[in-house]
Amino acid sequence: MSIQTLIDLPQNIKRGALIRIRVSISHPMETGYRRSSEGERLSRNIIKRFSCMLNGASIFSADLYPAVSANPYFSFQHRAARSGELTFLWEGDGGFKHVERVFMSVQ
Amino acid sequence: MTTQPLRSQAVPSKDAQVTLPGHSPDADRQSASSYEEAIRRFTGARVLIPGRIKLNIAVLIDNGNTVPISIVVIPTPDSLSNIESIAVFSERNPQHEVILLTVEPGHSSTEVASRIRLATSQKLIAIANFEDNTCCSDEVDVIVTLAACLEGDG
Repeated sequence: MSIQTLIDLPQNIKRGALIRIRVSISHPMETGYRRSSEGERLSRNIIKRFSCMLNGASIFSADLYPAVSANPYFSFQHRAARSGELTFLWEGDGGFKHVERVFMSVQ
Repeated sequence: MTTQPLRSQAVPSKDAQVTLPGHSPDADRQSASSYEEAIRRFTGARVLIPGRIKLNIAVLIDNGNTVPISIVVIPTPDSLSNIESIAVFSERNPQHEVILLTVEPGHSSTEVASRIRLATSQKLIAIANFEDNTCCSDEVDVIVTLAACLEGDG
């Protein structure tokens, strides 16, 4: 199963503008509280941490618990001061790790 | 439909077995106290100030599996301190912790959004910790008609 992510940034970002970054990733976020139709407990499989860095400095991070919905979605703000590389990192159960990099151009 | 019919369904059939920790009356009392403990663990000895945070969520929720929430933090004349972290706690989910967020350093206002699961009708609280050792919170009561976490796989 391939991992799909959606990363939404505004276009034509002006220096000093307050922008909204929206991110989601395909992931079941299995809670560990559900049972299969055979009555066996389904083991937990969640993303535990999401972080977004600009040129290596954190601008947003989240600790996730089973109460976060499948395909975790986050929307957060950033004051655009300079162009740079945005790194999006998801880490979770079973050694789950996914990284996306997007260049953000600030005029 | 509240949790009551779901609980009674859980008894007879093996196929429809839905067990959820923390749902006997005793466990409910226990979870109510540890809801407060979970909140205390986050806020520590901080001073509570009013009015800087708003938790936006629908009061009546048809589907507890995907509930949009947003949290708005603004400075007030009484407090301009920067945000350190934001957390959401649930009163009656199997785990009280829902989400813990750290925003960009050096900001006194923010707006964040996500989507969460709710196991039943309950209280939900959003708390922001500030750098000047204060915190603020907004608690809401929500009614959930279709609960998350309870259904089996297929």
